Amino acid sequence: MKLKGGARGAAIWFAVAIALPFLPALFHRNGGGFTNFLADAGAFVLLALGLNIVVGFAGLLDLGYAAFFAIGSYTFAMLASPQFGIHIPFWVMLFVASGIAAIFGILLGAPTLRLRGDYLAIVTLGFGEIVPQTFQNLAQFTGGPNGISSLDQPAIGAYKFGHAGGWLAGFDYYFMVLALIAAAVWLANNMRNSRLGRAWMAIREDELAAAHMGINTTTTKLAAFAMGASFSGLAGCAVAAKLQLVSPDEFGFNVSVFILAMLVLGGMGNIPGVIAGSLILSALERFILPQGTNFLHGIGLNVDLTGSRFLIYGVILVMMMLFRPEGLIPSRQRKAELHAADTDAGAAAQEQALYTEAVR
Amino acid sequence: MDLFLQQLINGLSLGGIYALIALGYTMVYGIIELINFAHGDVYTLGTFFSLAILTLLGVTGIVTGPMLIVVVAVTILGAMLLCGLTGVIVERLAYRRLRNAPKLAPLITAIGMSFILENIMQYWRGPSPVPFPQVIPNPSFALGAISIQTKQIMVILLAVVLMFALQAFVYNTRMGKAMRATAQDKDAAQLMGIDINTTIALTFLIGSALAGAAGFVSGVYYGSTWFFNGFAAGLKAFTAAVLGGIGNLAGAMLGGFLIGLIEALTTQFIGDQWSNVMVFSILVLVLIFRPSGLLGESLPNKV
Repeated sequence: MKLKGGARGAAIWFAVAIALPFLPALFHRNGGGFTNFLADAGAFVLLALGLNIVVGFAGLLDLGYAAFFAIGSYTFAMLASPQFGIHIPFWVMLFVASGIAAIFGILLGAPTLRLRGDYLAIVTLGFGEIVPQTFQNLAQFTGGPNGISSLDQPAIGAYKFGHAGGWLAGFDYYFMVLALIAAAVWLANNMRNSRLGRAWMAIREDELAAAHMGINTTTTKLAAFAMGASFSGLAGCAVAAKLQLVSPDEFGFNVSVFILAMLVLGGMGNIPGVIAGSLILSALERFILPQGTNFLHGIGLNVDLTGSRFLIYGVILVMMMLFRPEGLIPSRQRKAELHAADTDAGAAAQEQALYTEAVR
Repeated sequence: MDLFLQQLINGLSLGGIYALIALGYTMVYGIIELINFAHGDVYTLGTFFSLAILTLLGVTGIVTGPMLIVVVAVTILGAMLLCGLTGVIVERLAYRRLRNAPKLAPLITAIGMSFILENIMQYWRGPSPVPFPQVIPNPSFALGAISIQTKQIMVILLAVVLMFALQAFVYNTRMGKAMRATAQDKDAAQLMGIDINTTIALTFLIGSALAGAAGFVSGVYYGSTWFFNGFAAGLKAFTAAVLGGIGNLAGAMLGGFLIGLIEALTTQFIGDQWSNVMVFSILVLVLIFRPSGLLGESLPNKV
């Protein structure tokens, strides 16, 4: 059977959707270590999907993305914990946290999105540094360096998440994250194919040309920022509820770069690529580096791979940008653009483009 | 008032270090429009290189007499040379291939290089702060109620001297002229027979060498360093470069001293934990309201 284009894509998505709920069963043990890992990795998939809207679709380099993650987490922590004695249900907080993160996205974006791309990168970096530090400094609201603990757990009826033991442990959070990812993928995919998504990509390719085609670049970029921030806030809320704890040092620059590395590795702008990239890096962090270290110790090499994770992310960023800028699983369009020179017709087109640039 | 004047002195010496780092940011940005994220880490490398040279010379404490001049000169020049070479290598490995790529690409490799350098330093000297020997005798002078330390004078003097040397180089030599031409228009410069690759490598060499000098001074000034030191310092120095007007040498200097002053005054009057927040807020405000900086001229968007 040969399916074409959209039908084939739909079939793949369908097969994946059927298989996913059973995925943990492959390695599942009592206590649910692997299932638990999948739930954690899923939160990073959410984050990567959100950053993909900002960096991959709209081409805006956001280096302070973890700040919105922090805002989502702290929003949940302050409104669903003994901290102020407020206990809003988790399911409501999902919307509140992503909404508040989106508002901060707009607040940051409104004045700064007029800036050129590289300035935007550094401003978001600064924002990413300010937010966790502010949370740490405002100790009377946020518990300072200790953060806020014993947050409420999600609950359905009388069942509280995280209380299933034995063979079922871990499945509740896994299914919750799975549902959130499904919603996020659906949303991101639809947005990409919408008028707004096309506008994002037009801006990514050439902002000036996009503006001349009648796209309001400021509001379009702002929409990307707010959308990305809301995904991050959503993930922040989910992660805080699962850990039942927030502290200001979980949201540093290295978290933002970790998520960026997922995009660069998997393929910026391509949803399956981004998901693959984030799963690969999560697995690297959780299994491959510790196991590799054990293995190296076993054969007498005293190398600590887990200690050099950031070296590995750095190498990934540099190597991918130099040798495979479209990522491991690129979108067809992106691949065609970046490797246009590989074919004769493409080479001619690129030469033409270079020529026009040279004589401008 | 005395407190204020005292912090003014502290801020100026702090600012001298930022100014030296900011010069490197501004030169590289001026010529290839890249925020060289790895620059702050080159600065920290400068401190570690200086430490290695001092260890090689067998210096562990204060040096006096004519030996002091020899030791300081050898260490500074050595650190400048090694950092300069590091900068050239970073440019060759991570940036040159991407010179005509979309702008996002070299920015991302720059972040990658920064992480790589940080990790190399972590392997080399461990994750905790490393003490730096007090090389220079440090008597303080009383000026009314405020006191000025010798090392503070050294920082400010060194920064000013290097800045004038750089200014002279860029405006009075053939190579400096080539740098300015390349910054204005790479294609036209190439048509005029300027070797673009060499000129850009030279820019990285000089900028990174200045960071190396800053690295030595900061080692003496703070008495210790650690592998992650360059991240915050680099961000502040970049803020300084933007505040002064990016691409403008005198602006980087002015911005560096201003950022140093702001940090010292914030630490004294608002609280140490807010100094980073303050500096980054200034960065955001400058970029929003005066993106061309204090001394920079505004440029139209290139098509």
